[in-house]
Amino acid sequence: MNDISAAFVTALHLLVTFDQNLVEIVGLSLRVSLSAVALAVVIGLPVGAALALFKFPGRNGLIVFLNALMGLPPVVVGLVVYLLLSRAGPLGVLGLLFTPTAMIIAQAILVTPIVAALTRQVVADLWVEYSEQMRSMGAGPLSAIPALLYDARFTLVTAVLAGFGRASAEVGAVMIVGGNIDHVTRTMTTAIALEVSKGDLALALGLGIVLIGISLAINAATYTVKQRAEAAWA
Amino acid sequence: MSDPITQPSTEAPPVARRRTTPSILPLSLEGVCFDARGKRLIHDLTFTLDAGPRTIILGPNGAGKSLTLRLCHGLLTPVGGHVAWEGAAPGADPLKHQAMVFQRPVLLRRTVAQNIDYALKLHDVARRDRPALIEDVLNRTGLARFAKSPARHLSGGEQQKLALARAWATKPEVLFLDEPTASLDPAATHAVENIIQTMHGEGTRIVMTTHDLAQARRLADEIMFLHKGHLMEKTPADEFFDAPRSGEAAAFLKGELRW
Amino acid sequence: MLKLRTLAIAALMAMTLGPLAAPNAHAADKYITVASTTSTANSGLFDFLLPKFTEKTGIEVRVVAVGTGKAIKLAMNGDADVLFVHHKPSELKFVKEGFGVKRSDVMYNDFVMVGPKADPAGVKGAKMAGDGLKKIAVAKAPFASRGDNSGTNKKELELWKGAGIDPTGAENKWYSATGSGMGATLNVASGMNAYSLTDRATWLKFKNKGDLEIVLEGDPVLFNQYGIILVNPEKHKHVKKDLGQAFIDWTIGKEGQGLINEYKILGNQAFFANAQPGS
Repeated sequence: MNDISAAFVTALHLLVTFDQNLVEIVGLSLRVSLSAVALAVVIGLPVGAALALFKFPGRNGLIVFLNALMGLPPVVVGLVVYLLLSRAGPLGVLGLLFTPTAMIIAQAILVTPIVAALTRQVVADLWVEYSEQMRSMGAGPLSAIPALLYDARFTLVTAVLAGFGRASAEVGAVMIVGGNIDHVTRTMTTAIALEVSKGDLALALGLGIVLIGISLAINAATYTVKQRAEAAWA
Repeated sequence: MSDPITQPSTEAPPVARRRTTPSILPLSLEGVCFDARGKRLIHDLTFTLDAGPRTIILGPNGAGKSLTLRLCHGLLTPVGGHVAWEGAAPGADPLKHQAMVFQRPVLLRRTVAQNIDYALKLHDVARRDRPALIEDVLNRTGLARFAKSPARHLSGGEQQKLALARAWATKPEVLFLDEPTASLDPAATHAVENIIQTMHGEGTRIVMTTHDLAQARRLADEIMFLHKGHLMEKTPADEFFDAPRSGEAAAFLKGELRW
Repeated sequence: MLKLRTLAIAALMAMTLGPLAAPNAHAADKYITVASTTSTANSGLFDFLLPKFTEKTGIEVRVVAVGTGKAIKLAMNGDADVLFVHHKPSELKFVKEGFGVKRSDVMYNDFVMVGPKADPAGVKGAKMAGDGLKKIAVAKAPFASRGDNSGTNKKELELWKGAGIDPTGAENKWYSATGSGMGATLNVASGMNAYSLTDRATWLKFKNKGDLEIVLEGDPVLFNQYGIILVNPEKHKHVKKDLGQAFIDWTIGKEGQGLINEYKILGNQAFFANAQPGS
């Protein structure tokens, strides 16, 4: 109990004093997670839309596989990315291990299936409504993809937020490929894990409260923008 | 036919009236059949549509009116028989010369003007040529003041007018309409009919289904009557309403067939 | 509206492409990566030591703190320039197999056995670590082990072996292998009032002690030696040989050794420098 109340005091103290270390850690966390989500969006939106619109052999299997990937354990992704980026691994020459880039790659792998799978569902539903009109205007599935993604934008925001949630909350992958190096690859979640291992539960929970606060702020801001835009357009 | 909304102008209007390109018509269907879930819904449909008259497809519910439109337009592929645009140049895409307006307009979640712009883009109209075309059809359909409004905020009637404007802007040679006024009030129905008449007057071939006999009398030059997936007759409108050739059509006109 | 969107996209692009294009932009390339153990990192020694080295040489030291077993594995893969751990037999094997250039002693501290104040197994009476473990085994008192192949874990298993006990069997419900770091294991021990073996520095710094205290210390067998090794550049060409050697020389040299002795946790000296002069 003491730890919990101490955690709130710690969280408040960190925020009020605008703790420099905290600012750095939060900045890196956001940079890594947002970049990973951006990558996931660039890959996941077209892949999801293509899966929704094109019929090809093995499509159903691929959809099941994609949905299953949404539950990838971060530790496994971290391990695979580690093995790839390790100096002893196939991409070792790039020297990316223990850098923010490595963390972005790992998180992008975690997030892309979420964005792609949710996009597929959203676009498939929209295509039911649009398909005749689009085809009548001469748009095949391929040329319809940008318009469908654009018209699904409000729903897709939710998919992107889900991806961001996964990226910002995970610790297993960034811990392994980032190494939790002070001032280089230390994020909110790895810092929390570190403080737990030092037994400083109050500081760990305080950081956790800050993380939840940031996550809340981002979700609230996005939700507000989405609601307004949706009211204006849908 | 003159359009009261169009301003008189010495210059050629942006939407070229009276087509000059070679026609894709006539459209000929030969022995066209269509099945869904193992059941034959369209039987041996054979007819030809030439340039000119306004054709209204009538028939009770389930007669296959909408299916016939979709088979003509190419949205559905027949399981048997052929659909051919006999006038179309080899290698050309006949779809580019047609448009279809549905009972429930499907509008994109963007502005009124952008909806038309999108259709023009799909028809390979150069970006710089689009604004004039958009402005013209919006003026003609009375939607100019909504140009920058979100399309989905329009009323039902305005949405259907936008669907027509979108079709119109692409200068279709043939316009298919599937019960375009079925969910509209009388005023909106009237406005939509006016647009259809204007387009007809400018040379667009109208092929339309309706449930509304009065509307059919107002618009039709020719009636195609379908019953249980069979084409029962294809008759000039006056003749059809006076003395239908088929017994089913007579019963239909007397209200004895279920709609 | 449009401007805002363009701005947002640009910001996102910058965030995405920035780190991809220049992964280590803020740190230039004068840095080395040191694979080390949780005990050295969590004790706060590095926070005390490294800034002074960086200030003097301009070389940034990036520490990846994992268990000794994993640290050695990282170094074998060439993912670190310097290995700084505490399990001499493994370190010597690492050098012998050609992964490391040369091993040097740096410092020592000691392991301590911690347990509940009430001491249900009566460990406090024992002088020798082996006797303490025997009492725990006889009493079947809960014991939390790292179980992660770390230096501390290896030491603990050696002690059990010396006492003639194999606690790792499934039938020994009182023995929990946590498979995690020292801190996490101490959290477990604290949570279930279990005995555990820890290095002294981590224990001094650890804040979630709960009802635990040191129940046994001072047995010479609990001596904990730290060593430092340059990863062999002949195995991994990218190893920053000169920068890494500079760090090693400084650490085992007069300045580093003096600073190690200066470092205190709550007034206690945490590590005792013992590098061989001229090594």
